[in-house]
Amino acid sequence: MSVITAQQNVTVIRTSFRAPIIYAVIALAVLLGLALPISAHASTTFTFARPTDLVTVPSWTAPSRTLAIVLSLVALALAAASAWAAATTRKLGAWVPIVFGVAVVAVLLTWAGAGKTATSMQITGLLTAALVASIPLVFGALSGTICERSGIINIAIEGQLLGGAFLAAVVAGAVANSTGSRSLGAYLGLVAAPVAGALIGAVLSLFAVRYWVDQIIVGVVLNVLVVGLTNFLFGTLLKDKTYLNQAIGLPELPIPILGEIPIIGPVLFRQNALVYLMYVVVIVLQVMLFRSRWGLRVRAVGEHPRAADTVGIKVNRTRVRNTILGGAIAGLGGAFFTVAAGLAFGKEMSAGKGFIALAAMILGRWSPKGALAAAVLFGFADALREQFGIVGTAIPSQFLAMFPYIATIFAVAGLVGHSRPPAAEGKPYAK
Amino acid sequence: MSTETSTEVTTDDSVQQEQSVVSAVLRSIIDSSWLVVLIAIVASLLLGGVLVVLANDSVAEAFGYFFSRPSDTFHAIGQVLGDTYAAMFKGAIYNTDAHTFGDAIKPITQSATMATPLIFAGLGLGVGFRAGLFNIGAQGQIIIGATVGAFVGFTWDLPVGLHLVLAVLGTVLGGALWGFIPGVLKAATGAHEVIVTIMLNYVALNLVSFLLSKDAFQVEGSDNPLAPAVGANAMYPKLLGNGYALHWGFVVALLAAVAVWWLMERSTWGLQFRAVGANARAARTAGMSVGMSYVLVLVIAGALAGLAGSAQVLGTQPALSSNVAASFGFDAITVALLGRSRPLGIVLAALLFGALKASGPALQVQAHLPIDVVLVVQSLIVLFIAAPPLVRALVRLPKPRQVKEVTA
Repeated sequence: MSVITAQQNVTVIRTSFRAPIIYAVIALAVLLGLALPISAHASTTFTFARPTDLVTVPSWTAPSRTLAIVLSLVALALAAASAWAAATTRKLGAWVPIVFGVAVVAVLLTWAGAGKTATSMQITGLLTAALVASIPLVFGALSGTICERSGIINIAIEGQLLGGAFLAAVVAGAVANSTGSRSLGAYLGLVAAPVAGALIGAVLSLFAVRYWVDQIIVGVVLNVLVVGLTNFLFGTLLKDKTYLNQAIGLPELPIPILGEIPIIGPVLFRQNALVYLMYVVVIVLQVMLFRSRWGLRVRAVGEHPRAADTVGIKVNRTRVRNTILGGAIAGLGGAFFTVAAGLAFGKEMSAGKGFIALAAMILGRWSPKGALAAAVLFGFADALREQFGIVGTAIPSQFLAMFPYIATIFAVAGLVGHSRPPAAEGKPYAK
Repeated sequence: MSTETSTEVTTDDSVQQEQSVVSAVLRSIIDSSWLVVLIAIVASLLLGGVLVVLANDSVAEAFGYFFSRPSDTFHAIGQVLGDTYAAMFKGAIYNTDAHTFGDAIKPITQSATMATPLIFAGLGLGVGFRAGLFNIGAQGQIIIGATVGAFVGFTWDLPVGLHLVLAVLGTVLGGALWGFIPGVLKAATGAHEVIVTIMLNYVALNLVSFLLSKDAFQVEGSDNPLAPAVGANAMYPKLLGNGYALHWGFVVALLAAVAVWWLMERSTWGLQFRAVGANARAARTAGMSVGMSYVLVLVIAGALAGLAGSAQVLGTQPALSSNVAASFGFDAITVALLGRSRPLGIVLAALLFGALKASGPALQVQAHLPIDVVLVVQSLIVLFIAAPPLVRALVRLPKPRQVKEVTA
């Protein structure tokens, strides 16, 4: 018995010391690599206001080097605090990684904007771009979460996004052409997008549940099929009937009072219907998955289908429904590329976002809340890449683009936290 | 796979013994997986035809007065399908419009050229599948292999022979490295290779576009993300003279297929890989190192995918670009599945998909169709093949016997 408890102690200590070490390495890297080399005379300007704001927050200019060093030291202090907590087996709570992340990003921004007198770091613009970039990732990751929690691996998110984008554009174009109302077209496009995704989800569940084909194979092949179909129709149908593929956008719907809050207002509450839908879907799924009878059943089917079956839950029916629902959610996310962004459909315009969404699902540990956080993180990395491209920095944009992928590899390798998929994922169930 | 054991199934049912030889042969054909493959290919080509017909204007026009003159609709459909399949045949196998025999066989050599990277990468994926590993990372492995190979090819100026060998070794090393990462992560931490390889595909893509932004990887005096041309000595020699794109890489690919066959069927490593794929726990109990097998399998798979990169940068592509892998990495997955992970099957599947790819330009020029109809056909083939019961239900074939016997 004593041997077993000793081993358990060892593992507990080892896992809890991993975080402080990673914090310390990152904090030292930004201190030595970014903060200290900044010229002592440089300054960074942060802009918060946008021309349309009612209440404006003034811009803020700070000496770059001092600010960056102070922020790095804050990060270092957090690393020390987390090491202390680990040594004394205390828990510090979720604020540590959040504050740490904000401090490190702030150092990055200060460094990137240092000495740039012509441009300033557009904080509100950056946050808005981050939210917008995260929309397809959030929907995609939620889709993956819903499917995998019931035991079906959904690699076809990419195809579902693309299918949703395509159908949304075509329906929007057709309706706008026949009724003359562009916004009606956009809204009906938004309604059509989930149908495309659900169809792809239905095919996935047919092959996975009925024919027991390996789910990863079906997903990969469905992605190719959707790319082939949409490209083909793009080159035939949409080329002949150009009215089917116009740039039709959802109107922006500012929420009265909330939209006037400085910084937060324009970022969160001056968006279109798809973004508000996203808030609703995340909250509903988070509550339903962990607080409702339906959620308990779904999770039971994904973890231990035989046990679920024994108590009378229809395993395969649950899986089929969830895969179709998941497909619909990803399809809705696909509307982002066309009607929500106000763009016409383009070949392969989902551009690998479905795979980043898959990554966000894993990093978010198969929960809607986590998926949202990871997707926003990836969206932020994307927005940062764009902003750095405008400002011009020494960090190559390709490395920032790699960030989501490398973060995911670290996550699945267990170097950052512990990610464990649902136990029965990918295994067909037979009575 | 289970259908292959059909000949071994013995039944002591007296009725069976009375069956004539002819019906037994017929039965074994109906039960065979090759029939399913054939039906899947035909059905997919037909479905592709349906898509083409649906998108066609003259058919739609004729259908507008279908009830007054239905023959026009059928005529239009026949015309469209005839054009499409004729264009595919002329583009992929034998160009009947050509004036000389040399020009007429160009399409089939083009198909073989297109098949070359698919054979290499498909072989690599096949090795992985048989060891129970889903390597989705051929795309990234091709990119990194091609990058290293191209770098060797355009940076140094070496004698004939040596330069090619070194450049090919470069592609092998690059691909092997990109396979080693998911292998070692899987062995050491249990990280799922599907996720890691998908992510590494994108890392590779960003890495090569970063390298192409550096001076060492650019044509001197140019700022375009296009590498200098690979030295002539580092290119595969043309197999049939300069009039044809087909190069010796195709022969190397066939040799690689033989080598992989030997590796999987005749060597100790192959036995170990197959054992791990069949039952990792049993293999471990038998004293095999499962983790080591994962690393080796993915290194070999990566090396083969790297060779697919060599077919690109040392064969057909004039220079390294970020699009060097095209969609070969993903196509190779379908090739390996269609070929059932066996070297011979993979070579045949790669030739089929190479032919489909080669027919793309002809489809575009002669039948005015987007190349992408090929992608649709290709993915339908794999979907059908992955679900034999679906194909059997489609043409109302009886269920194969051993399925019942095995599950009973």
